[in-house]
Amino acid sequence: MPREIHIICVSGTHEKLQMAAMVASVAAASGEAVCVFFSMNALTYFVKGKDAVAPAEGEFGALLNKKGVPSFKKLFQQAGDLGDARLLPCSMALDLLEITDEDLDPGFGPATGLTKFLMDAEGAELLTF
Amino acid sequence: MSEHKVIDACNTYCPGPLMELITYMKQAEVGDTLELLSTDQGTANDVPEWVNKIGHEMVDSEKVGDVWHITVRKAK
Repeated sequence: MPREIHIICVSGTHEKLQMAAMVASVAAASGEAVCVFFSMNALTYFVKGKDAVAPAEGEFGALLNKKGVPSFKKLFQQAGDLGDARLLPCSMALDLLEITDEDLDPGFGPATGLTKFLMDAEGAELLTF
Repeated sequence: MSEHKVIDACNTYCPGPLMELITYMKQAEVGDTLELLSTDQGTANDVPEWVNKIGHEMVDSEKVGDVWHITVRKAK
């Protein structure tokens, strides 16, 4: 049985999104089952057509804009393409944004409630960014 | 007939080179060798860990100038 890693992504800062994407992509590509639940500020970067740059939390965040650093969006996408990762939008966040899961970038799964996510995460490792 | 492919991931940062290697590994046939070029020290440490976990075969890893040449054979 592969290890299961569940990730909750809520922060919209560049550093936290980057680290979550790095964990998701490397873990998925290494054979772990990964499930990422996006809510609050983190979700807003994945609305179709939104091209906003995530703000830096501290001085390291600016370094992440250097050429050669893979974007967090690409890493999350690779987590799904190269491994077993599911990207799930929080249904409450979608409701508040007045959008549906169809308004999100390709690769996102269905709107998911926190209860369902937590039930699925039972016994798995849970990381929050 | 096994193929040898060179993947130039120089000047990209972790986990970019590893992701490049995995992308090409998925497309390769068993027996093919992939030579990853990377300037990222972390990649030189991480690729053998990944190869060992997944069950491929490390062929070679050497630093020439500033560039790591990490060669892996697809085993499954």
